[in-house]
Amino acid sequence: MPVYVENRQIVVPGDPIADKNRFTVEGKVYERNGKYYSKVLGVVFVDRDSRKVNVVTLKGKYIPKPGDVVIGKVVEVGLTNWIVDINSPYPAVLPLTEVYSKPTSIARNELSKILDVGDIIAAKIISFDYARDPLITIKESRLGKVKKGLLVEVSPSKIPRVIGRKGSMISMIKEMLNVDLLVGQNGRIVIIGDDKDRVELAALVIKKIEREAHTSGLTDRVKEFITVKLSQIGGGD
Amino acid sequence: MKGNIKLIDENGKRVDGRYPNEMRRLRIEAGVLKNADGSALVELGNNKILVAVYGPHEAIPKYVAEPDRAVIRCRYSMAPFSVDERKSPNPSRREIELSMVIRQALEPAVFLNEYPRTMIDVFIEVLEADGGTRTASITAAAVALADAGIAMRDLVSAIAIGKVDGRLVVDLNGIEDQYGEGDMPIAMMPQLNYVTLFQADGVFTPQEIEEAFRMVSDPIKKVYREQKKALKKKYEEVVEEVEKNE
Amino acid sequence: MSEAKSAGVLSLLKRELILAGLKRGEREDGRKLDEFRNIEVITGYVGKAEGSALVKVGDTKVLAGVKVDVGSPFPDTPEMGVQIVNAEFIPVASPVFEPGPPGEDAIELARVIDRGLRSAEAVDLSSLVIVPGSKVWTIFIDIYPLDHYGNLIDASGLAAMAALLDTKIPSATMENGTLKISEEKKPLPVNTRVVYVTVAKIDDYMILDPSFEEELAADARVTYAINEDMNICGIQKGGSGAFKVKELLDARDMALEAAPKLFEKLPPAGKA
Repeated sequence: MPVYVENRQIVVPGDPIADKNRFTVEGKVYERNGKYYSKVLGVVFVDRDSRKVNVVTLKGKYIPKPGDVVIGKVVEVGLTNWIVDINSPYPAVLPLTEVYSKPTSIARNELSKILDVGDIIAAKIISFDYARDPLITIKESRLGKVKKGLLVEVSPSKIPRVIGRKGSMISMIKEMLNVDLLVGQNGRIVIIGDDKDRVELAALVIKKIEREAHTSGLTDRVKEFITVKLSQIGGGD
Repeated sequence: MKGNIKLIDENGKRVDGRYPNEMRRLRIEAGVLKNADGSALVELGNNKILVAVYGPHEAIPKYVAEPDRAVIRCRYSMAPFSVDERKSPNPSRREIELSMVIRQALEPAVFLNEYPRTMIDVFIEVLEADGGTRTASITAAAVALADAGIAMRDLVSAIAIGKVDGRLVVDLNGIEDQYGEGDMPIAMMPQLNYVTLFQADGVFTPQEIEEAFRMVSDPIKKVYREQKKALKKKYEEVVEEVEKNE
Repeated sequence: MSEAKSAGVLSLLKRELILAGLKRGEREDGRKLDEFRNIEVITGYVGKAEGSALVKVGDTKVLAGVKVDVGSPFPDTPEMGVQIVNAEFIPVASPVFEPGPPGEDAIELARVIDRGLRSAEAVDLSSLVIVPGSKVWTIFIDIYPLDHYGNLIDASGLAAMAALLDTKIPSATMENGTLKISEEKKPLPVNTRVVYVTVAKIDDYMILDPSFEEELAADARVTYAINEDMNICGIQKGGSGAFKVKELLDARDMALEAAPKLFEKLPPAGKA
């Protein structure tokens, strides 16, 4: 039997997943003596048609990846940079040179006027090589200080499910609730909207997705959940 | 250590009614703490052991960090009220040694090089002790590490073999540990079949060492099954709930 | 990098060199995989101690001293003397030892030596009672590595055992409510002798009596304490690696085979 698990099966570290060269095995696995084993407490997705197996972790810290957009919190103001908590074992460094597209002259002790301790920012990981802390930038549009919104935190491994295939889940939430979502790959999401009830409902939805991320039929259930809750709110308090 | 207590009676039963190859009742719960990244509660007989895993996180102090891997900081501690005579909260030499051997029992299972320059904390608190706390601690710690989403080659499952009234028995309880002739705690990575903890006190013949490894095989498998069950439980319950409502 | 840290790190190149040698069946100092280094045991090195021994295993040097004193027994063993083993990894012995109270390695070593002696009942603790329940002899065994070139456990075990065999204690009696300690000393009653044999694992190779660098290259080690009946009176696996069951049993056999040579180096046990 080339594959030892079923679709959506929960696996623990050391569980055999598949034999090598029979299926394409991706995700949190390791190889030993021609067989793949799970590295984590995770859920397996098996696609027998495309002969692909993928092991996704159910929990875990965010490990920075260049190109990722993350939501960070400034924890330290330095002389030429800021230290930013990105919900990772590796704190991020935002150099002064990565704030403005054009060269600007800022007095060294004026950094806190741009970004101060406690500020929430949307940033992008420029580089990370384990030997040094990750470098981030806020130069691009849509990045920078987040001035308003509700911050929600979920396990980083659930973010793909919040976004959904081709963004289907996140589009649905945005449309149905008329909110904007700033999604960080590091598990942090900022919900921006004028209607307080809908913003809070969006937070509830995200938590529901986190809890049920490993189940099937989630998109439909979430749609129903929002519909039901909206009718409750719509009815007035 | 030796006493005049009869530890195995004429029917071959031990002081708590068990047969030589019987384990005590084992109950494992994963994800019991909100604050910890991973956690587990293990009840083995009267033992109650709580483990919290924090990490991987930035190494504290920074100079203990290793450039190419994570460092595990393990603390085994017994609560003052966990034993008959109150135990001072200060770390004893025994707790320091156990903190180290438990850490060394878990390290082979963790993919430490996936988290360079970080630290993984394993905090073990023995809330009630009744023989076999180090094996129960390892069992709990492995669950807590997996619960935290930390990459591992395998779980680590542990149980102690002992010698009472000249016979080898599985899973010594407190009385057997105190009055018996030997205690041999063993931890293994059950799927990979590697031994990560192996100690003994008391006197064993060379053949008894071999016999001990034969005896330990089934109990280790049993511990492993319970660990797996505990880890999967939370997620499988969600699936059940979801399917029930459809 | 501090000197301590760099001395404790083995370069990959060095490790490969060691492995290449092991493949050929030889070690850096020319030994076979199951060969001990040259062992020397000198008893009575420290005159002020009741017993002492300086042990050399290759370049590793360990000094053990025994001091005795009158003390109280443990509450649960009122008719037994007290044995306390301590080890200090003094900075003199190695750049990897930092000054300070015993760390986990020193504590582990002391407890492993203590357990081996205790399980075998090497020291006849029941003959060390002066007044049952209130006054007994306390035997302090202090282990001081002087030069760490690998395998401190086995060398310390020899030193501790030899020091105990060298120990002479006075006799003590209670006379009219005061403790009287004799001038004359007699040998400490020792029931049996214990030796410790450590096997280190480097990849798939099992080697006896690892040197300092072999220890750094090793994935793990296992120590077997063996008594004169050739039974096992203590086991300790150490290090962050793992063993196959077969490897642990092979190590057991290697230890049993090496034990007689270690016993030969110790003075004989003579009861009081």
